[in-house]
Amino acid sequence: MSAEAPKIPQPAKAPVPISKWLPVVLIAWAVPGGGHLYLKRTQRGLLVGSATILCFLFGLMMRGAFFEPQTGELLLTLINVGGHIANMMMGIPYYLATWLGYNQPDVAGHVHDYGTKFLVGAGLLNILNMVDAWEIATGEKE
Amino acid sequence: MPKVSLSHMEATILMALLISVVLGVVTKKTDKERLHYGLYCFGCFVATVFGLGWLMKLGHG
Repeated sequence: MSAEAPKIPQPAKAPVPISKWLPVVLIAWAVPGGGHLYLKRTQRGLLVGSATILCFLFGLMMRGAFFEPQTGELLLTLINVGGHIANMMMGIPYYLATWLGYNQPDVAGHVHDYGTKFLVGAGLLNILNMVDAWEIATGEKE
Repeated sequence: MPKVSLSHMEATILMALLISVVLGVVTKKTDKERLHYGLYCFGCFVATVFGLGWLMKLGHG
């Protein structure tokens, strides 16, 4: 028979002040990998940043389309608004491409279709980067 | 901006590689774990691409 170890109440973690993690998350959003670089995680920042930016650049070079936030039927709204949010999560590269006049219409063809997915995928990868930077900034992770 | 035209296989392998790098780096704590998990993810992506590819070929004729 093994006796269970008595549970010792752990003190609640003090919330991390917003001023500590908000700038990191904003930098991570604006520049892929930037949050890691700001936190002196240079190697990781360069790896995730270059992978995310490469994904975005391949999307542009494959002439993928950016999603417009159109509404209508539920599925259409989910796809277009979700895609638009994912596009915006890429930060400055997305706005730079838009401001420089990148405006590829959604046309048929597997290369364009993959390009659109690469552009959305890059935004989703940047969300992962932002979460990782947030975890480092709040001390959840090394 | 140059235009790139990739085949289905090239595009999926490239996507798998880029996603595996990020997943490996952000989800694990040590460099060894990151490398292993990145390779594991890449292997799973490639296996899925081949598996679903053959499934579609066999199912579609």
